[in-house]
Amino acid sequence: MLLSLRDVTKTYPGAEVSVLQRISLDLESGEMLALTGESGSGKSTLLHLMGGLDTADRGVVALDGVDLTPLDDKGRAALRRGTVGVVFQQFNLIPSLTVGANIAFQARLAGRHDPDRVQRLAQRLGLGDHLAKYPEQLSGGQQQRVAIARTLAPQPRLVLADEPTGNLDEATADTVFALMCELVAETGAGLILVTHSERLATRLGRRLHLRAGQLT
Amino acid sequence: MTGPILVALLGHWRRNPLQLFTLLAGLALGTALWSGVQAINAEARASYDAAEATLGEGLFPQIVAGDGGSIPLATYVALRRAGWNVSPVIEGNLGPVRVVGVDPLTAPKGIGPVAVEGADLGAFLTGAGQIFAREEVLATLPDTGAALVITPAAAPNTALMDIGLADRLLGRQGRIDRLIVAQIQPSTRRPLAEVAPGLVQSAPQGDSNVARLTESFHLNLTAFGLLAFVVGLFIVHGAIGLAFEQRRPMVRTLRALGVPLGRLILLMALELAVLGLSAGLVGVALGYVVAAALLPDVAATLGGLYGADISGELTLRASWWLSGLAIALGGTGVAAAGSLLSLSRMPLLASAQPRAWVMARQGAGLAVLSLGLLVLSGGLAVWGHGLMVGFAMLGTLLVGGALALPPLLTLVLRLAEGRARDPVAQWFWADTRQQVPALSLALMALLLAMTANVGVSTMVSSFRLTFTGFLDQRLASELYVSARDAEQAAAIVAVAEPRTNAVLPILSVEAQVAGHPVEIYGARDHATYRDNWQLLRAAPGVWDALARGEGVLVNEQLYRRAGRDLGTAVRVAPGLDLPVLGIFGDYGNPVGQVIVNEAVFARQFPDVRALRFGLRLDPAAVDALRQTLRDQAGVADSAMVDQAAIKALSLSVFDRTFTVTTALNILTLAVAGFAMLMSLLTLAAMRLPQVAPVWALGLPRTRLAALDLLRAVVLAALTGALALPLGLGLAWALLAVVNVEAFGWRLPLYLFPMEYLRLGALALLAAVLAALWPAWRLSRMPPAQLLGVFRHER
Ligand SMILES: Nc1ncnc2c1ncn2[C@@H]1O[C@H](COP(=O)(O)OP(=O)(O)OP(=O)(O)O)[C@@H](O)[C@H]1O
Ligand SMILES: [Mg+2]
Repeated sequence: MLLSLRDVTKTYPGAEVSVLQRISLDLESGEMLALTGESGSGKSTLLHLMGGLDTADRGVVALDGVDLTPLDDKGRAALRRGTVGVVFQQFNLIPSLTVGANIAFQARLAGRHDPDRVQRLAQRLGLGDHLAKYPEQLSGGQQQRVAIARTLAPQPRLVLADEPTGNLDEATADTVFALMCELVAETGAGLILVTHSERLATRLGRRLHLRAGQLT
Repeated sequence: MTGPILVALLGHWRRNPLQLFTLLAGLALGTALWSGVQAINAEARASYDAAEATLGEGLFPQIVAGDGGSIPLATYVALRRAGWNVSPVIEGNLGPVRVVGVDPLTAPKGIGPVAVEGADLGAFLTGAGQIFAREEVLATLPDTGAALVITPAAAPNTALMDIGLADRLLGRQGRIDRLIVAQIQPSTRRPLAEVAPGLVQSAPQGDSNVARLTESFHLNLTAFGLLAFVVGLFIVHGAIGLAFEQRRPMVRTLRALGVPLGRLILLMALELAVLGLSAGLVGVALGYVVAAALLPDVAATLGGLYGADISGELTLRASWWLSGLAIALGGTGVAAAGSLLSLSRMPLLASAQPRAWVMARQGAGLAVLSLGLLVLSGGLAVWGHGLMVGFAMLGTLLVGGALALPPLLTLVLRLAEGRARDPVAQWFWADTRQQVPALSLALMALLLAMTANVGVSTMVSSFRLTFTGFLDQRLASELYVSARDAEQAAAIVAVAEPRTNAVLPILSVEAQVAGHPVEIYGARDHATYRDNWQLLRAAPGVWDALARGEGVLVNEQLYRRAGRDLGTAVRVAPGLDLPVLGIFGDYGNPVGQVIVNEAVFARQFPDVRALRFGLRLDPAAVDALRQTLRDQAGVADSAMVDQAAIKALSLSVFDRTFTVTTALNILTLAVAGFAMLMSLLTLAAMRLPQVAPVWALGLPRTRLAALDLLRAVVLAALTGALALPLGLGLAWALLAVVNVEAFGWRLPLYLFPMEYLRLGALALLAAVLAALWPAWRLSRMPPAQLLGVFRHER
């Protein structure tokens, strides 16, 4: 089992109800899952827990059978470097690095840098001409594709994407979405994709809906 | 409409009290630094002015006895009968207090009690009389029966009274020290040489001796004040710039909502004026505290070094605090003008973040500007003349150097980035480079503070080294003795001759060379001079030629002012022109000096008898000889000075100077460090979008915090690397250009590597301290806050 959640509960300080209430979930390698839910239902929160970006109040989040809960800051950081890849809705990129350096960054952190792969990814995502530019010189869709390339460059076992196409128009969103699914499928990683779009959600093998802290 | 805009503008400060604090603190500290130094300067100058007004030395010609003695009452009376409009003065010491007796009936306007407001001439002249002085001076006077009048405007450490009372207190029995010559004189008066052959008239000195001697010290303080001002301006500029940068998104929103640009700019300018004024008030108060803390040391320095009397107390002058406020407001205005301009040009729809590549383009412009300024500074150094040019050169050097910092940093960081193999290292360099524009003003302030440190400490230390070396050669004799009169002089020689290795008479007269006042000294041909004196420049066989009476030595001042280089002739006396054989350093002396052989001197000035002697003897025997001279020749203790005491005194004076400059150095550095802290703190909030992705990609917060500390160290070290050459340039400019233009002597530049290392360490420490808190906050930042970057549309 690649990812497994058991009875995960999360309450933000000061909030009366828990965002997530005893959530359980399993995901195999190669499996692709769409996560939907109203705004404010806790999708991002759940994704952050799975990626070791935040910690649950109760319950177990395990990656490859290893429980994340007892890990300290350093341990979780190592996990983010090596095993998980996260694509955010926006402000993904490191503004001070060029597009090329951004794409290679995580792979190099993970010690799995392969220049050829970076080149190939960039070509496939249509970024070949933009490698020397800085993120702010790109359009939103281009930036999102850089973020996807960066996440996939080190071949993570689990890809978590938080509304990666939320800022894009429909046509661009479709292209980016298709490319991402294709590339993830090639690496055989698991994918959890948060989206508001029914259209996109139905295209993935499995889908879950988050409501009132519960998965349905 | 104004109401809601103001609410929005001010609401920003309410939500971000830290930013408001940094803005106010930056303004206040900049003002404090500047006004503190100014206060010290103004106080010392006011003390001289008071001294000058009391003594009239600088304003009027004086008549004194040619032999340096006193003037009999009868001579004075004869002069007045012959038509001379002169007024007698008696001076002397009563305990520690300088007593000045004047005659108010004959004294020119502006002197003595004529200048003291509310003086009652009748009471001053009659009966027990009146004594005018500052309160603390009056307290130290013995009881004389005279009425004491507290006069805050009086010169420090000076008691002013009627000449009759002074005569009685000092026991002068009618002998006068000098005569003040009024500006208007009847043309019918008989020539001075005819009426009183022993007397000579000297021209007004323009400045009092004391004022001129201390000019050097004040010039340094003024230079320091200038530096402090520039540092302060950079800090103010940085604080204002950040305040605008932080509110860009809000301004954009307001404009999108339909607020007219003009109204917005007007309101922001008004808001800044209020902030600038309140911060300026705090700054002036702080500056006052700084000045009050340092003034006693400055006063002691000037007193010890030049015998100048400076009040150790600070008075609050309107001109001073008004200028402090003006600086705060002006600095705010200058700093805000650029920001307001860029705000007015800001497109409505653009990234709210400072953009790296736009900044890089601005960097190129800065580099060109800075290069231009540095070239100009170099040109002024090579081809310029005059004091103002010297200061212009200093200014261009400093500003040019400061502006060079951001492009240089960017260049070095780009190189480092290119060479980095590790991705984190690569990001570190790139991220550091991106922060340079936001940090540049704080870093420039740090640069200038370090430059001032290096420059001023190099200058003061060079001065100290040169001066002590100079004392070693000039004070070669172990004991110096002054005689009351020729009779006692003979007694001293008789007592000293058998007990010492040499008795060297010190013969001198005052004269003029090419219109410049000089002292002519007669020197005996003795190993003391040959072995100890180091000449700046000399003809071959200089001492032998001097001994044969074939030439003279001149001091550097005369060489520079009157152009008396080696080989040119100096008119020692009518009909006697001798070539210059050598030039000697004569630091701190305002007038020129000419040294001739003793025999030549005796031929030209047969009437001048030596009243001072330098005695060469075993240092261990000095105390015994003092005793013998006291007992057998009746020499007062105060008339004997031993070399060790003088050296100890001047060293202690230098230590005082060091206390002052060190304090100012540390203060500037601390203020620059604080400016850095403010910038880092404000930057920390704006930087989250840059840090959060790196954190999300797997760099722990502690590592990020450690990198932030490292970044501060790297930036401070690079800044220090530039500050060193700049500081040495500053020291060189002060010693070799400004000093020469102002005083006629040039000080050699010495290097003090250990001092620079210490300063470097201090600057690094300041940087680390400044970075510590922001770094600690980053290491403790809740993940939710970092994640917020990805969650919210900003
Ligand atoms: N740092 C935080 N502190 C307190 N409450 C928070 C915090 N972050 C999120 N919340 C709250 O938790 C709930 C879930 O937020 P989350 O961002 O996970 O929602 P979401 O499903 O991703 O919404 P969206 O579709 O709009 O992105 C919301 O009600 C939000 O207000
Ligand atoms: Mg979300």
